[in-house]
Amino acid sequence: MRYLTARKRAEGLGSAHHGTGHHIAMTVSGWALLFIVPVFVVVLARTLGGGIEEVRATFSNPFVAILTGLFLFVGMRHFAKGAQMTFEDYAHGFTREALIMATNALSYLTIAAGFYALVKLAL
Amino acid sequence: MLGKYYRLQMTSVSSIMIRITGLGLIVAILLTVWWILAAALSEGQFAVVNAIVTSWFGVLVYAASAWAVWYHLLGGLRHFLFDSLRGMEIHTAERLGWAMFIGATVLTVLTILVAVL
Repeated sequence: MRYLTARKRAEGLGSAHHGTGHHIAMTVSGWALLFIVPVFVVVLARTLGGGIEEVRATFSNPFVAILTGLFLFVGMRHFAKGAQMTFEDYAHGFTREALIMATNALSYLTIAAGFYALVKLAL
Repeated sequence: MLGKYYRLQMTSVSSIMIRITGLGLIVAILLTVWWILAAALSEGQFAVVNAIVTSWFGVLVYAASAWAVWYHLLGGLRHFLFDSLRGMEIHTAERLGWAMFIGATVLTVLTILVAVL
């Protein structure tokens, strides 16, 4: 009789050695982005090409500012987790860990820079 | 490499393209955040970034990114469908792949129309 369950024997066998929580996080952020992204794309498409006054007016609008903040936070975390899956598939050892950390740093840096700009425009 | 030893199929190509478009979107996102940040900081900085955004390079990045974002979104929808154990038959999965390529192209044309009209 086996005392270890089938679940215990299967755990950790994937290329990342973990992943259920990661998959759920990608699904949850994916559903959120399904609603956020189309609206943001339309707003951006309408604003690109405009002068500084138009750009400042657009992104200081409360609706657009909250939308952009959501897009950046949910989008860049979704990006970092998606890129992490790529690195877990193709990179190994120190390179894998360094790439994952660098992507997370880029993700948070982009979110922070975007939030700073949005706050500055709102005030 | 893909294609050299293993024949390209709609199922594998449509899958890897989700990953490529997702990673590629970082270029447009960084450019956009830099653009908004420059608008918040000063007119001089905005002029520099806006010149890049409205150059042929910027237009190319945003046009390619429009296709990438729609393709990636449709690919995500297909993942939700697969996760619900539907659409997994090879024939259906191949048709969904074609739908992603055609759908992304149609949505890109509409996005460009929204941008220029």
